[in-house]
Amino acid sequence: MTEASMPAPSAPRQRVSLTAPDARTQKRKAAEARFRMYGVAGIATGIFFLIVLLVSIVGSGTGAFQQTFLNVSVYLDPAKLDKNGNRDPADIRKVSTFGYTPLIQDALLKQVQDNGIETPLEKRGDMKAMISASAAAQVRDVVIDNPDLIGETVDFRILASSRVDGYLKDRVKREDVARDKNIDAEHLDLVDALIPLGVVKKTFNMDFITGADASESRAEAAGIGVSMIGSFFMMLVVLVLALPIGVAASIYLEEFAPKNRITDLIEVNIANLAAVPSIVFGILGLSVFIQFMHLPQSAPLVGGMVLTLMTLPTIIISTRASLKAVPPSIRDAALGVGASKMQSVFHHVLPLAAPGILTGTIIGLAQALGETAPLLLIGMVGFIASNAPDSIASGLLDPNSAMPAQIYEWAKRADPAYYERAWGGIIILLIFLITMNTIAVILRRRFERRW
Amino acid sequence: MNDMRILERDVDTNTIKIAARGVQVYYGDNHAIKDVDVDIQDKTVTAFIGPSGCGKSTFLRCLNRMNDTIDVCRVEGDIRIDAEDIYDKKVDPVQLRAKVGMVFQKPNPFPKSIYDNVAYGPRIHGLAQSKSDLDDIVESALRRAAIWDEVKDRLTAAGTGLSGGQQQRLCIARAVATEPEVLLMDEPCSALDPIATAQVEELIDELRQSYSVVIVTHSMQQAARVSQKTAFFHLGNLVEYGETGTIFTNPEDPRTESYITGRIG
Repeated sequence: MTEASMPAPSAPRQRVSLTAPDARTQKRKAAEARFRMYGVAGIATGIFFLIVLLVSIVGSGTGAFQQTFLNVSVYLDPAKLDKNGNRDPADIRKVSTFGYTPLIQDALLKQVQDNGIETPLEKRGDMKAMISASAAAQVRDVVIDNPDLIGETVDFRILASSRVDGYLKDRVKREDVARDKNIDAEHLDLVDALIPLGVVKKTFNMDFITGADASESRAEAAGIGVSMIGSFFMMLVVLVLALPIGVAASIYLEEFAPKNRITDLIEVNIANLAAVPSIVFGILGLSVFIQFMHLPQSAPLVGGMVLTLMTLPTIIISTRASLKAVPPSIRDAALGVGASKMQSVFHHVLPLAAPGILTGTIIGLAQALGETAPLLLIGMVGFIASNAPDSIASGLLDPNSAMPAQIYEWAKRADPAYYERAWGGIIILLIFLITMNTIAVILRRRFERRW
Repeated sequence: MNDMRILERDVDTNTIKIAARGVQVYYGDNHAIKDVDVDIQDKTVTAFIGPSGCGKSTFLRCLNRMNDTIDVCRVEGDIRIDAEDIYDKKVDPVQLRAKVGMVFQKPNPFPKSIYDNVAYGPRIHGLAQSKSDLDDIVESALRRAAIWDEVKDRLTAAGTGLSGGQQQRLCIARAVATEPEVLLMDEPCSALDPIATAQVEELIDELRQSYSVVIVTHSMQQAARVSQKTAFFHLGNLVEYGETGTIFTNPEDPRTESYITGRIG
């Protein structure tokens, strides 16, 4: 052992004060501080984008929850609505909405003239741009239900046209009107004059939440209610099918199945299925449920079955994870006192895994609720113009739409009024998702708190 | 002093409860138990000692077929309880485990109430005709496990809320509630402090009145204190089996002697 081969013990180590960190410590501290900073910066960026998202959704979507209405007193002229004068419902039904439109336009014109508003719009036809195309149907429905009203002057709250509505919501601007053939500056002047009189009024729009979709030119009448029912039925189907099948499959795979090549293969494939694009499930549903099994198109039952296929891997994976998390000692304890395998699983393991299973299921459901692509392929974008009460009676096999598909449809349409509806629909969808996730959290807390 | 106590101990009866002949256990390719023959007597405490990984726990788990739950585990040979082959195809391991109770290394009460923990076994085996019957079974099991006085006022409280020693005694109560004939204990005191250990050991001595008790332990003092018969396992072989006193004072095999004196293990 020479001096050269061995590092000479350095000069007695310099005493370093504990209050003055040495270079190495400072370097380590700096690295830690940097890492923390990256973390904080990452989270801050995330929160920033989340706030931007929420602000823009709420900002663009709240308009959909308000709607402009016209309060007019319509004289229901018997000469036009019931030519025979016998109030026979069959005769009254023969009068189409074309018979009602002039009456409403007359009523609005009369309101304008009675109030002494000066306007160049003096003809009945000039009022067309102010009134929604749905108004005539609205009045007609009331008359068919109450034939006795014919001959009287009745107060109606009818939908204003989407341009008037847009003007009150700042969507339609005066400088744009020149290029708009649906409305003129004179109409806007008239609206300005009618607002203080209470004839034109913007109020809460319940019909958006409960109503049905409307055609391209009647954005003011479109609502998300019917597609909400479609989504509800689909979620019902998903819950009824996916929860028992998923939980039973995971219990079998996790607790009973022999561990061999086949179960390994199944396991890998379930994990892969969870990553398959949802549109592939749409094609599967189309070919199996509709083309092969001949189930009806656009039906919530089929939509629910397709979403079940899509949700199953999620539920199976989360259920298996929560079953795995149950300590094996519990299984041993149950087997040790002579419980059968099945008893040990159902009496002890499953209750302990329940919170995890529920959370996984609800998250799977939430994922299914927001899914659009597979629904497009099986035609769950039905245009349902009938209103909610009729559609509630309709069930699992009747054509319907779903919330995300409805939002997609609206976002596609040209009228900017639909843009607002799309954002409003997203607000409702998000409320549903947040509610479901909250339920998941609450259920989990409750079950976990038991012991 | 310890030795004195050991010498005083006699085996109470000579009836053979469990007879094992030529038992081989494989974990996949690993030969864990090699040709073990052993006779375990009724109303006796039999201790299995040996270094870690020697197969004593594996052998214990053969006695109530808990090894069945391990896929790669394969048991060969002949194990008879009351002259019945427990590995016979017609034997239902569930029924066997009701007859051969087990207490595990780590206290593992169910996350249920103390009452439900003890009542679970009698319930699934239909031992109680009525609610009051069940109450009696639970009470007597808890009394036999020497934990009744501590828990009688809070039977509806969670079993997992008890201390470690209490949990282990609760697990013993749970095991005796099903009226087993054999009680297997896999290092029941390894997670307990000395006071709780003393309580459990006292309990084991009392349980000997009614059951054949087989206990796996790492503590040679414990084996000396509680058992009448001792079996020494080494590398999967049963090296020596006999009266506890003889094993500890006058072992035949040099390996036993080295282990007991602390030279191997």
